Amino acid sequence: MPEFFQFLVSGLTVGAVYALVALGFTLVYSASDVVNFAQGEFVMLGGMVTVFVSTAGVPLPLAALIAVGVSIVIGLLLYWLAIAPARGASAISLIIITIGASIFLRGAAQIVFDKQFHKLPSFSGDTPVNLFGAAVQPQSFWVLGGAAVIVLLLYVFLERTLLGKAVLATAANRLAARLVGINTATIMALAFGGSAAIGGIAGILITPITLTSYDVGTQLALKGFAAAMLGGMGNPLGAVVGGLLLGSLEAFGAGYISSTYKDAFAFIVILVVLFTAPQGLFGRRAVERV
Amino acid sequence: MRGSLRVLEIGNLRSAYGRIEVLKGISLEVRVGEVVALIGSNGAGKTTLLRALSGVQPITGGEISFLGERIERLPSHRRVARGILQSPEGRQIFGPLSVEDNLRLGAYLRRDNDIDEDREKIFGMFPMLKEKRSQLAGGLSGGQQQMLAIGRALMGKPKLLLLDEPSLGLSPVLIDQILAAIVSLRAAGVTVLLVEQNAAAALEIADRGYVIETGRIVHSGAASALLSDPKVKASYLGFE
Repeated sequence: MPEFFQFLVSGLTVGAVYALVALGFTLVYSASDVVNFAQGEFVMLGGMVTVFVSTAGVPLPLAALIAVGVSIVIGLLLYWLAIAPARGASAISLIIITIGASIFLRGAAQIVFDKQFHKLPSFSGDTPVNLFGAAVQPQSFWVLGGAAVIVLLLYVFLERTLLGKAVLATAANRLAARLVGINTATIMALAFGGSAAIGGIAGILITPITLTSYDVGTQLALKGFAAAMLGGMGNPLGAVVGGLLLGSLEAFGAGYISSTYKDAFAFIVILVVLFTAPQGLFGRRAVERV
Repeated sequence: MRGSLRVLEIGNLRSAYGRIEVLKGISLEVRVGEVVALIGSNGAGKTTLLRALSGVQPITGGEISFLGERIERLPSHRRVARGILQSPEGRQIFGPLSVEDNLRLGAYLRRDNDIDEDREKIFGMFPMLKEKRSQLAGGLSGGQQQMLAIGRALMGKPKLLLLDEPSLGLSPVLIDQILAAIVSLRAAGVTVLLVEQNAAAALEIADRGYVIETGRIVHSGAASALLSDPKVKASYLGFE
């Protein structure tokens, strides 16, 4: 039984990061119909910028803040330089643009930073906490708590503020959003900036556990995409549940079956979801009342 | 006051979908306090014209003046800010949001303190919306969604209200209710450009009318004159 909790905790921790990446996918997809495969690069940027800025002597909290700022700027540049000029292009073209942006960011990171793996110190030390017989790293609480705070803030923003409702309105009906005076280009920029910030924070929180390097983004983008598909693309709650489920599935699969196939589980999930329930667990049905 | 100042003046307006020209040089005007009906068959370009006026359909030529200022280059949200509000064809409400949120978003650009008061006025006009204020708009019936779409446009405090097919798909009782609402809007001083396939009903309540055919205005005049015009009767009113 202790090993069950051990797997569960590590699964939920990694799952929280998948959930945050999936949330980024969902936010951008809702506002703009773009599936942004560069989403994982923001996680890489969050970790890498924090590592290099703090190595340069800047205190960790300030370095983390700078890293989030850099992620947001890159997210906005991605929108303004690559997505906005291609307005009206097909979904496939836009996906290819984001894949291109992701390759570019990875290449740039390799030059600006380096090709090594890097670690950040844990925020609250490395003495494991014993929970139901499982040894839990204090950093896991940071990851889970951080993810919970982000989800809560996003919920309050979307449900309780006029700007948040404008995001939901844009997601629901872009033509109508423009007709009530919502500047949908601003909303899309907001979605790209916001999802970049979420990705950057995820990268900062997880780096003390999983390490980071210039190329961690690819794998995370695929896992986050699988989580978003599992939960139902365009549904924030689905993204969170999908991420936590996928992380747990990986941890249990690696623990009880074989760690060799750990990464395969995400892709099995994508295939099963696409074949059996393409709208995902919480996805909107294709049919709407007219 | 009515008939003096021009709210809207369109000159030689052109618009195309790809290579197919849908508006082939439309000119018309709407004066303060008027209800102007734009009638014509399916595909004549009525909806395209309204979308071009709101700035959500690109134009290829011509000019649009609103209250004496050229606006054809302004993005859609700047036109809303100036007071051009539209209740679009097919209603286009925000389905996953509540009735109340739909109305609040109608006043998205407003920064004054009368928003709640205006919402109560709309609840007075369409009491059914008040009953269902916290329900999701996507669950409303077609007629209720139509009232919500008009209410949402009114929440933007229109100086010019564009109504695209407000009677489409509604029962005769509901059509009468919507038309009565338009008449009371005129009494309240709202200027309306009304697009309708239901030409007879539109001309009954309008001051003037324009008939549009394959992207061109082919008739215009006082609504009563159009109603008795033999050509208009034959083509659009369904009797000889």
